[in-house]
Amino acid sequence: MSDIAISVKGLSKKYHIGEKHKRFNRFGDQMVDIVMSPFRRAGRLLSGQAAGASELDQEFWALRDVSFNIKHGEIIGIIGHNGAGKSTLLKILSRITEPTAGYADVYGKVGSLLEVGTGFHPELTGRENVYLNGSILGMRRLEIEKKFDEIVDFAEIEKFIDTPVKHYSSGMYVRLAFSVAAHMEPEILLIDEVLAVGDVAFQKKSLGKMENVSQQGRTVIFVSHNMNALQRLCPQSILLDHGQLVTQDKTDKVIEQYLSVASSKATGPGSWIDLSGQKREGTGKIRFESIKYAGNNPSLSYHPYANGPFEVSVNLISKAACSVGSMAVIIFDRYGTKLVNADTLSHGEPINLQEGRNTITLRMDQLHLNPGMYTIGLWVADPPIEIYDYISSATLFEVVETEKEDIRVQSDGVVPVKFQVVDAVEKS
Amino acid sequence: MKINNNQLSTTSKAGFMIRIEPSSGWTSLKLKDIWEYRELLGIFVWRDLKVRYRQTVIGALWAIIQPLLTMVVFNVFFGRLGKIPSDGIPYPIFSYAALVPWTFFASSINLASNSLVNNSDMIKKIYFPRLTMPFASVLACLVDFVLAFIILLGMMFYYGFIPTLNILWFPFFVLLAMVTALGVSLWLSAMNVQFRDVRYMIPFITQIWLFATPVAYPSSLLTEPWRTLYGLNPMVGVVEGFRWALLNTDTSPGPMIFVSFFVALMILVSGIYYFRRMEKMFADVI
Repeated sequence: MSDIAISVKGLSKKYHIGEKHKRFNRFGDQMVDIVMSPFRRAGRLLSGQAAGASELDQEFWALRDVSFNIKHGEIIGIIGHNGAGKSTLLKILSRITEPTAGYADVYGKVGSLLEVGTGFHPELTGRENVYLNGSILGMRRLEIEKKFDEIVDFAEIEKFIDTPVKHYSSGMYVRLAFSVAAHMEPEILLIDEVLAVGDVAFQKKSLGKMENVSQQGRTVIFVSHNMNALQRLCPQSILLDHGQLVTQDKTDKVIEQYLSVASSKATGPGSWIDLSGQKREGTGKIRFESIKYAGNNPSLSYHPYANGPFEVSVNLISKAACSVGSMAVIIFDRYGTKLVNADTLSHGEPINLQEGRNTITLRMDQLHLNPGMYTIGLWVADPPIEIYDYISSATLFEVVETEKEDIRVQSDGVVPVKFQVVDAVEKS
Repeated sequence: MKINNNQLSTTSKAGFMIRIEPSSGWTSLKLKDIWEYRELLGIFVWRDLKVRYRQTVIGALWAIIQPLLTMVVFNVFFGRLGKIPSDGIPYPIFSYAALVPWTFFASSINLASNSLVNNSDMIKKIYFPRLTMPFASVLACLVDFVLAFIILLGMMFYYGFIPTLNILWFPFFVLLAMVTALGVSLWLSAMNVQFRDVRYMIPFITQIWLFATPVAYPSSLLTEPWRTLYGLNPMVGVVEGFRWALLNTDTSPGPMIFVSFFVALMILVSGIYYFRRMEKMFADVI
């Protein structure tokens, strides 16, 4: 077993999730609750229950019976939806939290990069923070001293190294933070989505650094939603779903399976997604009941893709027959920037609704979005009089990859664009 | 989580192996871990010191001003107006000799109890022995203690106190103060992770504890069986020890010291155990 770096057997982690947010209809209820809660708590403590036990009675397995082996020098990607247990797995492997059952044998020094800049102190200078952050990440003082110039060089902040980091721009801050982390040299490296920092140029540089790291024969576990990065960096991947290990295979195959698992879920394309639990605003005279979205390509399991068509259908419940001036499908990126607002208001023609359920489908001929995760928001209103219903986050959807060449170009920016080089004249 | 330092002869890459598994019941103290991470401990102390007086006008002078001004206030109200006895030595130095270790103790538990909660992002994202955090806070306060102590030396010179052989015991009383501060801090910092009430309790605790400690008055006000019992508050031993070792007060503390020492040790050991037991859920509930 000498070539095994990580051996995981039956690893499980149980969390208790708090009761659902109490809905306080009136300010008075809230006040009563605030006043009464210490007494209830005290009562519970006195009656011998664990603190807050009755509030935290729902169990949730973030990981359930996960087993796998990773050999020395292997670079493994971990793929899965939000909440599939990826981060929990990394947290256990980096000893931040304990498993509930099972065990993991880890052969070698582990470095984890779950978030860059952890422990950075705004009052300290860049130089001081390099030492502080490096030590927190488990580097020895001598090691930091040796790599100091390299770290500063990589972060491109030589001039500001003796300035307190509170005066840094967020870009500089993140570059320095990543740079420290990227210069760790543990035998086993755990990485969680840290590549999503900085501007595009720096993201590229980071990805390049990660590639270097992976060629030095170190064992790397890499968690990301970025399928491109996973394909480039990791020959092998593990697919997690609802805390369970689905498969461990070549990355291409795992991604394929991940997408097909996704489409079989109620939240995937082509099936109705219930909206009753979503946060919403508006008078409720007309309400969105459910949503469905789809691309047109069966070989992609109807996932939308860049420059492909995109259809969104909604079921609307109206309390009375009426006509509305504005119904919109809005697309946000993961930072909440509004990218698309397909509003019927721009057509100038109202939509007529019957009393009861109405189904309306909006079709966009071309979805000018690069692969990635996006959010759909829904809006129905009669401007400027009344907002009937507004759901800012109805569902998440993924724009998937189609052609495998062009990956590098495609992954930059938000909007894909077709272009030619028209003229290339050399100037003297 | 247990650590097995297995030397694997088969591969040079895997110098050691860690088994990550659920810990059950009372875990081992793993004090070796702290030694492993002594560099990080040093860095935390250094950070605390660096950050503490940034953007203050008088900086580290605060470490001196706090006990000094308290001494002035005590002198006016308890010494002059209250005419509280001071074991036959001038009241200012009598109270200041107690305020130096007391300020160290109070600021230690104040800083250390919040150390985990204030660094929650680190606890959620990175592994390191959590004990290093409150420990570093106590050590950082020790630096303030040294500054305040220098003033005490100046006062001893001014009032013409010549140290006797008693001073050989002085390091022991400093250690006793540290043990007490660390023990109490471990309890409070671990509790604070789960119950933020601790944050509000601390000013209250230190206030009550101050009055329960002979800082403004001598413990010789009590007669003997009670005076020894008074040592159950370990800070009583510290404060009276300081006065005896430095100022050579004629009322030597005697058996009270042993009671204090024993209690302080109990608090520390139980504190480490409690901390260890709670440690595994820090990242989940903080």
